[in-house]
Amino acid sequence: MTDSLTLPNSLRSQPDASGHFGAFGGRYVAETLMPLILELEKVYKAAKADPAFDEEMAELLRTYVGRPNPLYYAGRLTEALRAQAPAGKGAKIYLKREELNHTGAHKINNCIGQALLARRMGKRKVIAETGAGQHGVATATVAALFGMECKIFMGAKDVERQKPNVFRMKLLGAEVVPVHSGSSTLKDSMNDALRHWVSNVHDTFYIIGTAAGPHPYPELVRDFQSIIGKEIRTQILEAEGRLPDMLIAPVGGGSNAIGMFHPFLDDPEVAMIGVEAAGEGLDGKHAASLAGGTSGILHGNRTYLLQDEDGQITEAHSISAGLDYPGIGPEHSWLHEIGRVKYVPVTDDEALASFQTLARLEGIIPALESAHAVAAAERIAPTLDAGKVIVINLSGRGDKDIFTVADALGAEM
Amino acid sequence: MDRLSTCFAACKTQRRAALITFVTAGDPDVAATPAILDALVAGGADVIELGMPFTDPMADGPAIELANLRSLGSGTRTSDIFALAAGFRTRHPDTPLILMGYANPMLVRGANWFASQCKDAGVDGVICVDIPPEEDAEIGPALRSAGVHLVRLATPTTDAARLPAVLDGASGFLYHVAVAGITGKQQAAQASIEAAVRMLKAATDLPIAVGFGVRTAEQAAAIGRVADGVVVGSAIVDIIGSHGTAAAPFVQSFVADLAGALIPRTQETAA
Repeated sequence: MTDSLTLPNSLRSQPDASGHFGAFGGRYVAETLMPLILELEKVYKAAKADPAFDEEMAELLRTYVGRPNPLYYAGRLTEALRAQAPAGKGAKIYLKREELNHTGAHKINNCIGQALLARRMGKRKVIAETGAGQHGVATATVAALFGMECKIFMGAKDVERQKPNVFRMKLLGAEVVPVHSGSSTLKDSMNDALRHWVSNVHDTFYIIGTAAGPHPYPELVRDFQSIIGKEIRTQILEAEGRLPDMLIAPVGGGSNAIGMFHPFLDDPEVAMIGVEAAGEGLDGKHAASLAGGTSGILHGNRTYLLQDEDGQITEAHSISAGLDYPGIGPEHSWLHEIGRVKYVPVTDDEALASFQTLARLEGIIPALESAHAVAAAERIAPTLDAGKVIVINLSGRGDKDIFTVADALGAEM
Repeated sequence: MDRLSTCFAACKTQRRAALITFVTAGDPDVAATPAILDALVAGGADVIELGMPFTDPMADGPAIELANLRSLGSGTRTSDIFALAAGFRTRHPDTPLILMGYANPMLVRGANWFASQCKDAGVDGVICVDIPPEEDAEIGPALRSAGVHLVRLATPTTDAARLPAVLDGASGFLYHVAVAGITGKQQAAQASIEAAVRMLKAATDLPIAVGFGVRTAEQAAAIGRVADGVVVGSAIVDIIGSHGTAAAPFVQSFVADLAGALIPRTQETAA
C-alpha cells in the first residue's frame, strides 16, 4: 500500500496492482467472490489491450448512445450570474450534455462497457442495483440490446418514489426486485445485489453502477466514463482554444465526476470541484461522505463512509435518489486526501433552486443530481474573472425528478 | 496448547466432529445473550461463534440479517460485545470463543485496538467475512501479534490454485463454506462436501469445519463423518427470532439434538 500523501508521477496511473488508490479502494469481498473478481480483472486487462473491444465500444457509443454529445455554452446562465457579480467577474459556463445520451444520463456509457465484458466472460445474466432508477434503466437497456437476462435490485422506498423508471425497466424486459431490508434505499439494494451475485457467481455478471465496489470496478467504471472528459477536452479546445479553468460535477458514488475529471488530473491549471449532497445541511441528514464521514470498509472497498463510532453505517439523505448513498468511490477519497479535487456540499434547497434556474434560463431540466453541480457553479462563477471558463457536467435529465420536485415545491401536477 | 487446538484434539480423541454454534451478539438484546451462550454450551456446543452485528451484513441470508437488525435495534454497542465475551470467558474458561463479522465494525478504531480487545476479553479467534487474503494487512498482523487466530474461509469457488493463498496466514481451523451463497439458504450436496473436505485435508493440517446451510441433526451427522467440525448458525438464530428473550431453553434442546447426532465415528468410517 502506498502512502496516500506520497504522490506518483502521474495522477492518472491509479490504482496500483492490488487495486488501491493511496489508502483507498482494494478488494473487500467474501472469499466466494474473490476468484470471480480476479477473473474480471484479467478479462478487463485483455479487453483494454484488444483494439476490437475499443472499436465495438466506440461504435455503440456513436450509433446507439448518440456520442459525442455537445458541449454547450450556457450564455443566459453566464450573463445572469455576471449581472449579480462585481464588475469584470462572472466566469463563462459550459454544460457537458450527458443528459442527451440515450436513456438520459451518463450511466449508459458504463453499462455498454460492462455488458461487453459480461459477454466476453460468457455470462448470460446481468444484475444491477439502482437508486433513482437511472442505472437500472441503463442496465435493462443494454441487457435488451445484448439479449441478456436482467434483474434489477431496487430499494422498496425507491420503487415507490421512482415509479416511471420501474415501469421503464419492466418494458425493457427486466425483472425489478424490491428490496425491503435495512433502509430500503440504494445501499440496501447493493447488499441484495451482492447476495444474489454470491449465490449465482457461475452465470451472473454484476453491472455496478458507479465507480465503487471491489477492484477492478472503480477502475473500469472510471475508464468507461472517461469518454466524458476526453470529449470535453477536444470540444473546449475547439471552442476556446485552451483547457477549462474549472470542472464541476455532482458526486454520489462519483462515476460521472471521475469520468469528467480523470483525463484532466495531470493538467494542474484545471481546477476540479466535486459536489456532494448536503441534504438538509451538514448538521442534519445528508449524504456528504467526504464532508461528514470517515474512512471505512463497505461494499468491497475502503473509502469515506457515513458511519457511527462503532462502524455502523448511518443512513444517507438527499432529495436526489441518485446521491442518496452513505459512501463514495475510492478514487474520490484519494483525490480528496491529496487535495487535487475540492469537494463542496450543496443542500436539497440549493439544488431545488438551481433545478428551476436552469429550466427557466436555458430551457434544460436537469436531473436533481446535476442540479447540485449547477448550484455550486452559481456560487463560484461570480467570484471568478469573466475570462475564466467553467464546465459543468450535466450528468442527467430531470424528467424522472418532476414528481419529487413538484412535491418539494408543494405544486399540484 | 490454546483452547481451539485443545478442543479439536479432544474431539478427535473422542472420534467425533466438534459442534460449532453461531449466534449474533445482542440478539434479541444484550441482557438475553449470556443465557443463550450458556445454553449453547449446556446443549453440547464445543466452539462458540459470536456474531458482531453490522448494519449491512451482505454475506448473510434473511435469518442472520434480521438477527443483526434486532441486535442493533435494541442498542447493542461494540463495547457490549466485548463485555459479553469477557463474561463468557469467566463462566466458561475452556470453551473456545470466535468473533465473526464484517471488517468495518472490527477496524473502525484500528486493527490493533480490535486485536487487543479480543485478547483482553479471552476471544480465541476471529472470522472476518469481507477481508480476503489479498487484504490481510488490514487485520492479520494485528491479530497474530496479539495471539488471536485468524480463521479463514474456503468456498466452492476456491480452487486448488487459489487455496495456498487462503491457507497462508490461516490459523485455528479452516472454515469450509459449503455453498456458493449466503448463510442459511440452500444446502450443499453431501458428495460435494466430501470432495471439498478431501481436497482441503490434502492441503493443510488445520482442522476443517463445514458450515452454511446446515440446519438439521441429520445433516450435521453426515458432515461430521468427514469433517473435523460442523457449524450451525441460521437454524439457531431462527429459534432466537421466534422465542426472543425466552429462547435459551429452546436453543439448548436444539443444540443437544445436534450434539447427540455427532456420535463417535465407528472404526470403519474414521478417517
